[in-house]
Amino acid sequence: MIERTLIKVGMADLNVTAAAGILKTTGLGSCVGLILYDPFVKVAGMAHVMLPSSEIAKEGKLNHAKYADTAIPMLIRRMEELGAAVSRMESKMAGGAQMFAFTSAAGDAMRIGPRNVESCKVMLEQYQIPLKGEDTGGNYGRTIEFDSATGILLISSVQQGSKEM
Amino acid sequence: MTFKSLADFHLDVLKEVGNIGAGHAATALSTMLDKPVDMQVPQVKLVPFEEISESVGGAEKVVTAIFLRVEGETPSNMFFILSMESARHLLKRLAGLECGDKEEFSEMELSALNEIGNILAGSYLTSLADFTHLNMYPTVPSLAVDMAGAILSYGLLQFGEMGDQALFIDTKFLQNGDEVEGHFFLIPDPESFDRIFAALGVAAE
Repeated sequence: MIERTLIKVGMADLNVTAAAGILKTTGLGSCVGLILYDPFVKVAGMAHVMLPSSEIAKEGKLNHAKYADTAIPMLIRRMEELGAAVSRMESKMAGGAQMFAFTSAAGDAMRIGPRNVESCKVMLEQYQIPLKGEDTGGNYGRTIEFDSATGILLISSVQQGSKEM
Repeated sequence: MTFKSLADFHLDVLKEVGNIGAGHAATALSTMLDKPVDMQVPQVKLVPFEEISESVGGAEKVVTAIFLRVEGETPSNMFFILSMESARHLLKRLAGLECGDKEEFSEMELSALNEIGNILAGSYLTSLADFTHLNMYPTVPSLAVDMAGAILSYGLLQFGEMGDQALFIDTKFLQNGDEVEGHFFLIPDPESFDRIFAALGVAAE
């Protein structure tokens, strides 16, 4: 039996692994769980992206894992340190839901989910990383687990059950 | 302002905000149920995003949540959160709807829950607006049955722009032991705290 370690990725956080392990993040609402994977060396990374762009950041010390435009470059760098190559990387993503429906002006800020997804895609395109699978949008939360040994992403949700991708 | 520098009396002021708001809401609930409702001392917490759902059972715990965005002088996010059992119990008691143990609510049940949440959250905010003389305009409520983490993360977006922690007021109420257990989360936008303090005559720093 192969020992698999569970590596938890918190909100506005990212993590990488070169050993066989499960990267897991829970309760994705409007946030996006983004996975980068180099199948050749089996190095995987996951980011729990909360906001689309670091331009709006008012914090002193930037948390790179929080924003789509800074999390992806950081994830790539961390994975390269473990022997991955950006040219071999592929990606999967899940989340970016709109949990609550709003009609008023307040709705704008609440459409953050689709904006997170959009921003992640722009970054992936910039690095020419193919998107191999996507389960985004909707109005429900998701928990995701990525197995770095097999490259399979397990997505579970309350309303829609579980699926593999 | 930096929230790490908040003094104890600032936290006490925020606890009082929770007391007044949730106190009125608990009274409203008690009137509707015609039963006493107990309320716990509000918790004012500055926690990492990851821990915000801990008091309702963790990020993956399935809850019923009614969410209102509050606009006006103190923009905030307001959640009224019920466990699934509590939601079923309230439906039975208040609307005469028996929904058994099934996971999903019907449209009628969702609508009733939304209205209960609307009344209680409205009562919380009205009493607070009266007390502080601040304008607070809640949006139409929206309901979700899902993982607590996915739901509450919606209330953290404004904090997300300025740090990795959120300051919020969590008030828990109970009816008949734990037959109905609910939480009010008031998460004022970071810039709203100064206005709340000013309105209550407390210097921000």
